[in-house]
Amino acid sequence: MTDAPAILEVRGMIVRYGAKTILDGVDMTVQQGEIRVILGGSGSGKSTLLKGILGLTDVVGGKATMLGQELTGLSEKARGLLMQRIGVLFQNGALFGSLTVGENIALPLREHRKLPEGAIAELVRMKLAQVDLGHAENLYPSELSGGMRKRAGLARALALDPEILFCDEPSAGLDPLTSAEMDNLILTLRDRLKMTVVIVTHELASIEAIADSLIMVGGGKVIAEGPMAEVRGRGIVAVDEFFARKTKTAAKQEMSVADLFGLTPAKGGA
Amino acid sequence: MGVPTTAAKSTLPQLTLTDAPHTSVRERTLALAGVLDARGAAVFAAGVRKRLPSKKGKLVLDLSALTAIDSAGTATLVDLWRTGHRRGVKIELAGVQPAVQKELEQFRVTVELPPPATIPGFFESLGETAWSAVTALGNFMVLAADVTIGGIQAFFTPGRMRWATYFREASLMGSQAFGIVGLITFLIGLTLAFQSAYQLRQFGAAIYVASLTAISMVREMGPLITAILVAGRSGSSITSEVATMKVGEEIDAMQVMGIPFVDFIAVPKVLAMITMVPLLTMLADLLGILGGWLVGMIYLDIAPKPYLQKTIDALVTKDLVTGLFKSVVFAWGIALIGLYHGIGVRGGAQEVGKATTASVVSAIFFIIVADSIFSIIFYVVMG
Repeated sequence: MTDAPAILEVRGMIVRYGAKTILDGVDMTVQQGEIRVILGGSGSGKSTLLKGILGLTDVVGGKATMLGQELTGLSEKARGLLMQRIGVLFQNGALFGSLTVGENIALPLREHRKLPEGAIAELVRMKLAQVDLGHAENLYPSELSGGMRKRAGLARALALDPEILFCDEPSAGLDPLTSAEMDNLILTLRDRLKMTVVIVTHELASIEAIADSLIMVGGGKVIAEGPMAEVRGRGIVAVDEFFARKTKTAAKQEMSVADLFGLTPAKGGA
Repeated sequence: MGVPTTAAKSTLPQLTLTDAPHTSVRERTLALAGVLDARGAAVFAAGVRKRLPSKKGKLVLDLSALTAIDSAGTATLVDLWRTGHRRGVKIELAGVQPAVQKELEQFRVTVELPPPATIPGFFESLGETAWSAVTALGNFMVLAADVTIGGIQAFFTPGRMRWATYFREASLMGSQAFGIVGLITFLIGLTLAFQSAYQLRQFGAAIYVASLTAISMVREMGPLITAILVAGRSGSSITSEVATMKVGEEIDAMQVMGIPFVDFIAVPKVLAMITMVPLLTMLADLLGILGGWLVGMIYLDIAPKPYLQKTIDALVTKDLVTGLFKSVVFAWGIALIGLYHGIGVRGGAQEVGKATTASVVSAIFFIIVADSIFSIIFYVVMG
């Protein structure tokens, strides 16, 4: 563990949808400058954890501190200012369909920075070049491939030079080659821009390629948290199974019919 | 006529079911003997279903005389376990033979772990429906308040208003509805005049067709028909647009980018609607009267001038003002209902279509209920 200050700290986060508890007291600490992967099977609550931190879902209990500010109880204005210091890449880019790629990236700049139009245009081109998408400025999102849409979404997330970048499943739905390119891009950008990156994913290949540290969520609770190598060396069954590509969803369990009826295993066997 | 083929071909014995004496109402025991395979599965399943105890009971299957089971038999057992699990009935196996146990250990199934959902009683589901209706109304009120306050703020601080979006929305709504509203209300004016002429001519009062058409168009038909058509065209497109944005996480993206949905999307749409619907209503009034005028000229041989004079005499300012006031309220409702159904979408793309349908239905419902209330207020209470 480094002694860098925690840039993001979650304590006892609880999220419920109706009677269903999705997150049941989750703690997480992210250090400055690291690439943190939030992993878990589908239905484990990993996406909800991200949504809870970003304020996109109602959090019933617990608190989150980001960049030294506690998120709960922040006024709308202060929250807006804090949000300008982070960037979010959504699963399919979440580009505004009625705007071109260039306009999408210009939008946060126009909203939050008082810049001359010419400077905005230059900045848009610079951000697009950063994600190797210089040729797509005047295209609409519907004209882009899945991988390009994600890169455009990344350029928009980087528009305001964020201190923390959040990515929701950055390589989901991409072919292995494009997925690896996306991972490399995130790695390069982190090194160049000195960002902290928090990634939700279940793609093993990309976890192994980019994670400094990880947190595994299952059934709404934290199964393990810490630096990559250390967590994998602890011999936690769920973690080992995950890396052995044997994840199962939290809500279902596979068992033999004999287990189903609670039969005690037969002695010896024929 | 011959021997039962299956039994003859197979050396394996058939399945037999025997009831053990009841120990209690909640617990029953059924003894199985022979072989549980595809041949006996249906009989077995039906037999067990018949004997399944009521809620929270237990059924014990005594398998001590069961010599073999196959995959079909095992599947039937699992199916029964699930049925029992749903109803809160426990199914136990007793005296399982090693051969049978080996089969049961071999097959794997996936089981949902959460406890079985309890089927709510009448009052419970009544309360749940009422509560969800109250929450929905509450959510709608919050949105309505946010958007209305945002609209008033935008009115007083024009710098905050997204004028470009507003003009785009307004011209789109206007051009979408212009043709259809004009055509439909023209035809309605025509029909109204025809139907009333048929009656009024018998009394030699054909000229009153002009007053009748004018009053019903301006007071009722113009605002009502325009609002219903706009709900179908523009209200539905508000819902589908916002729902698509919601499904594609664009609304979430706006929120984390600090771009308020209300200022950016909702207020321009509501204001565009509030300005366009009254304009379209005026068009509707005019074309409806034009339709009646044509009937008057061609079918009733009323000269154009007296017809128009009669029309102007019949209308008072109140008719026009109440008609336009109604159309503003309708517009407010259509836009807000459209937004509400759009941002309420959860799940995938197939939900967008459902939300759009729901939006149009509730908007038309709102229009007609609001119209009845206005009729009472304007012409009964206010006289």
